[in-house]
Amino acid sequence: MNSLEKLVYMANQIARNLETEGDKAADTAAAHIVAFWDPRMKSMILSHLDAGGEGLSPGARAALDKVRAAAHA
Amino acid sequence: MTYVRQSDFGTPASGADETVTLSIDGRDVTVPAGTTVMRAAAEIGTAIPKLCASDNLKQFGSCRLCLVEIDGARGTPASCTTPVASGMVVHTETPRLQKLRRGVMELYISDHPLDCLTCSANNDCELQDQAAAVGLRDVRYGYEGENHLALDLDTSNPYFDFDPSKCIACSRCVRACDEVQGTFALTIEGRGFESKVSAGLGSDDFLGSECVSCGACVQACPTATLQEKSVKEIGLPDRSVVTTCAYCGVGCTFRAEMRGEQLVRMVPWKDGKANRGHSCVKGRFAWGYAQHADRILKPMIRASIDQPWREVEWDEAFAYAASELKRIAAKYGRSALGGITSSRCTNEETFLVQKLVRAGFGNNNVDTCARVCHSPTGYGLKTTFGTSAGTQDFDSVEQSDVMLVIGANPTDGHPVFASRMKRRLRQGAKLIVIDPRRTDLVRSPHIEAEHHLPLRPGTNVAVLTAMAHVIVTEGLADEAFIRERCDWDEYQDWAAFVSNAKNSPETLAPVTGVDPAELRAAARLYATGGNAAIYYGLGVTEHSQGSSTVMAIANLAMATGNIGRPGVGVNPLRGQNNVQGACDMGSFPHELSGYRHISDAGARKLFEDDWGVSLDPEPGLRIPNMLDAAVDGVFKALYVQGEDILQSDPDTKHVAAGLAAMECVIVHDLFLNETANYAHIFLPGSTFLEKDGTFTNAERRIQPVRKVMSPLNGLSDWEVTQRLAQAMGLDWNYTHPSQIMDEIARLTPSFAGVSFDRLDAEGSMQWPVNDAAPDGTPVMHIDGFVRGKGKFVVTDYVPTDEKTGPRFPLLLTTGRILSHYNVGAQTRRTANVAWHPEDLLEIHPSDAENRGLKDGDWVKLASRSGETTLRALVTDRVAPGVVYTTFHHPATQANVVTTDYSDWATNCPEYKVTAVQVSASNGPTDWQEDYSRRSERARRIESIAAE
Repeated sequence: MNSLEKLVYMANQIARNLETEGDKAADTAAAHIVAFWDPRMKSMILSHLDAGGEGLSPGARAALDKVRAAAHA
Repeated sequence: MTYVRQSDFGTPASGADETVTLSIDGRDVTVPAGTTVMRAAAEIGTAIPKLCASDNLKQFGSCRLCLVEIDGARGTPASCTTPVASGMVVHTETPRLQKLRRGVMELYISDHPLDCLTCSANNDCELQDQAAAVGLRDVRYGYEGENHLALDLDTSNPYFDFDPSKCIACSRCVRACDEVQGTFALTIEGRGFESKVSAGLGSDDFLGSECVSCGACVQACPTATLQEKSVKEIGLPDRSVVTTCAYCGVGCTFRAEMRGEQLVRMVPWKDGKANRGHSCVKGRFAWGYAQHADRILKPMIRASIDQPWREVEWDEAFAYAASELKRIAAKYGRSALGGITSSRCTNEETFLVQKLVRAGFGNNNVDTCARVCHSPTGYGLKTTFGTSAGTQDFDSVEQSDVMLVIGANPTDGHPVFASRMKRRLRQGAKLIVIDPRRTDLVRSPHIEAEHHLPLRPGTNVAVLTAMAHVIVTEGLADEAFIRERCDWDEYQDWAAFVSNAKNSPETLAPVTGVDPAELRAAARLYATGGNAAIYYGLGVTEHSQGSSTVMAIANLAMATGNIGRPGVGVNPLRGQNNVQGACDMGSFPHELSGYRHISDAGARKLFEDDWGVSLDPEPGLRIPNMLDAAVDGVFKALYVQGEDILQSDPDTKHVAAGLAAMECVIVHDLFLNETANYAHIFLPGSTFLEKDGTFTNAERRIQPVRKVMSPLNGLSDWEVTQRLAQAMGLDWNYTHPSQIMDEIARLTPSFAGVSFDRLDAEGSMQWPVNDAAPDGTPVMHIDGFVRGKGKFVVTDYVPTDEKTGPRFPLLLTTGRILSHYNVGAQTRRTANVAWHPEDLLEIHPSDAENRGLKDGDWVKLASRSGETTLRALVTDRVAPGVVYTTFHHPATQANVVTTDYSDWATNCPEYKVTAVQVSASNGPTDWQEDYSRRSERARRIESIAAE
C-alpha cells in the first residue's frame, strides 16, 4: 500500500470499528481523526475525498465530511 | 557506601495485627503474634546463630544451630520454628546452648574444605561467620573419614558454579527454587550421608536442568557452594548502590555491588517493592553487555550511508547534527523533522527528547516504542477509566482469588512477577489463561490453569465479548457496582449488545476455536470466584483490534465490580522497563506529559510559559506515519534514542525504505544497531549503570536509577540530548537529572509530588503523587474512576484483514523468550545466548509432518511482506495452524515477515497475526544474504578500516 492507500484503509478501519456508536459514529470517528492524525495526513485524505474518495467506505466519508467541517469551523 | 550484607531476620514477618510480649535475654519485646522467637530476637538486634533460616523462606528447622532455652519448656527448641507466646522467657546464650552449637558446628566443619583464605566467599560466608559466632576453636573428628570433599564442581551454568564439596545440605537453595522462584528444579537427592543438592535428575547438570537461572539459590546459599563466577573472577565487592533493573516492566530493585568502578554482581534488594528480593536471569546476571567490546564510545558521522563511519569529537558531532537538522528544516519545513523516545531510557531522558522535538524542532513529531507495544493500553484505559495505566500494584496479586491472564506469557516476559503469581496460585487462587499457545503458566509444577482457552489468533475481542455475554445473560454482573460507579445508560447499551445471540460462545466458537462450555465456565469463574484480576500483555495489544480488546477487558472488570480495591483490577504487563514512564512523559505525538492532548490550550500554555516557546497545537506523526512520509519524500530527519526500529518494527523492508529515504538519521545508542545501518550520525549512549534518573514500572512505580560508574563515553544520555539541544540554539542548562524531574513535576499534575529527594526517602512512589495522594497511589479508582463514571464501550468483533489462504495457510504469532529482551541488543551480548542462540519457529507436529519437516530443520517462513529462514522447533505448545517465533536475532529478522496492518485506533502493529507458509529450506533467503552484506558494509568505521 502506498501512503494514500494506507490512509484510506485507516479511515475505513476507524469507521468500521466505531459503527456500533450508531448515530454518533461519524462524529466519533471524525473526532478520532482530528485528535490523532497529523495535518498532512488530514490534508491528504480530504484532498482524496474531494477527488471522489475512491475506496472510502460510507462511514469513513461521513466522518471525513465532519473532519472538513471542523477544519473550516 | 561500604559493602554491608542486607540484614536477615531469619524467618518471614508474621503480618498479624495482634501482638505478643515476651522476654529475650532479659529484654521485653513486643511483636506480632505468630512471629518466631528467632525473628523476635532479631527485631531487638539479637542475632541467634543460624544456617538454614532466611527471612524470605518458610521456617525449616534443620541446621540445629538456632537452639534456645525457654523457661518452663523442655529441651532446647529451634528458635526458627518456635512461635512467640505471651510471657515467654527466652535465653539465647547459655553455656548449654554454646556447647550444643559448637558441637553442631564442629560436625559441619569436619566435612567442609578448610580453604577459607582462598575461597571466593571468604568474608561473605555465613558458615564462616557462624563458626566465629559460636566460638568454634577445634574440630576433634579429623578429616580422614568419609566425606564429600572430592565431589565434582559443576561449572555448566554460564553465571554461577555449583561446588557440592562446600554444601552443608541446609536446603536453602532448594527452598528458594520452590518457594521464591516456583520452578522446583532443585532437590535433595539421596538420604542420610548421601544427601546432596541436585538440579533435577542425577544426570543433569545445572545448565541442562530445568533451572531458569533466576539466582535465588545463589542468593540463598550460606557458603560458596553456589557462587557467582563474577565473584570468583573479580573478588568480593567493596561497596554497593541500590538501583533499578533496565530490563522488563517489573522494575526490580537491585544492589549493584561494586569493586571500585567495576560491577561485581547484581543482587536483588529485599526492600524493592516491585520484586521483594527476587530476580530473573536477565536482571541478576545479564549485565555483561554494559562493558561489551561492541559498545561504541566515540561519536561518529558520515555524509551518506554508503560511506564508512568517521569518529569525531563530541563538539563536532553536535555541530554537524544541528547544522543538518537546521538545513533540512530550512529546505523542507520544520515538519520534516522528528524524534523517537525509548522505553529503555529514563523518564528524564525521554522528557528531554520530546521537549527537544516540541520546543526545538517546532512540531509534535515525537513517538515512542510504546507505539508498537502498549499504545492500545493508553487509548483503551484512558477511554474507559480515564487514565492510561494499570490499576494495581504487584502486591495486589496476593489478594487475588482468580487471575485471568490473556495474551501474556509472564514466566518468560515478566518472570519475577510470574513467580509471585505462581506463589499465589499454589496457595489456591484459580487461573484462566487465554492464549493460542500452551504457555508455561498453563501447566507447570504445582500450577495448573483451571481453564485454558487456546483461541485462534486475532479473535481476542470475540472471546472477551462471549465472556461478557455469559456474565450478562446469566445474571452475574455486579449491578450495584455498575449503578454506583459507571454510566448506567452506556452499560445498558453494552449489555444489550453483548447479550445478542450473535455474541454467544456457541455462535462465536467457529470463529474463535474455543470450546463454548470451557469459555462459559471461565466466564463464570471470573465473575463469581472472588477477587478477580486481569493481567495482559502484547497478545492483547498487537492486533488490528488491540484497543478494542483493552476496552473489552475494562468492560469485563467493570461489569463484575473487579476494580478499585486490592486483588482485582486491569493490569497491563509492560514489556520494557520504562514503557509506562515513556508514555507518561509526553512521548506520543498527540499529548503532553500526563496524557493531556496537545490541542488543550490550557495544558499547552503551561508548557509554553515554562519553556518560553509557542507549541504546535496539531498532533504530530506516529512512527509508521513518519516512515510513510519519509517514503513520500517529505519527512527527512529523525533522532532515535535507544531504539532499533529496523529490527523491532513490522514490515522491515518498509522501515528500511523509510530510513533510507531520510537525509539525516541520528542514532543515539549503546551499539551500532540495525537502525544505525541507515544512520548518518551516531551518538554513543550510556547504560543504566552510568546515569542517574528514574524508571516507571508497570504498576506506575517511579523508581530511582543511580549512577554506579562513570559513563564510558563521557556523557550520560540526558547530557547528550541537552548538548544537541544547545547546538540547536536552545537555552538548556540542567546540571543534574533531578532538575529535569523537578520540571516534570512542575508541569505534570500526576507527578506534582515527585522529586529525587522524596524518591530517596521513600525508595519508590506510585503516581499519581500530588496533593490528593501525597504518598502515591498503589491502587487506582478506589472511590471513583479518574474520568468520573466508568465508560462501557461496545466492542464489536471485526476480523482482521490478514487472512490465511492457499498460499499462506498458517498464522504466525511472535513473542519473547525468558533469556532475551526485545531486539536482543543487550542480551545477545551476554552469556544468555547459551539458552537461545537463535530464533526458532515453533510448529505443531501435524503441520510439520504435512510439510515433511523435522525438529531442527531449516525452514523458510514466508508471508505477503517477505520471507526469512530459521530452524524449526516441532512442539504441540502451538495449536495446529499456528506457528510462533521470537524476534531477538537480526540474522532472522522476523519482522521482515510481519505486515503493516495495525490497530485501528493507535497504529500499533498487528505482530500477532500474520498469514504465512512454512516450507523446507536449504539456506538463507536472498533478502537475508543481501541484508547481511549491506549490514557489514554499513558498519565500517574509518579509523579501524585504515588500520
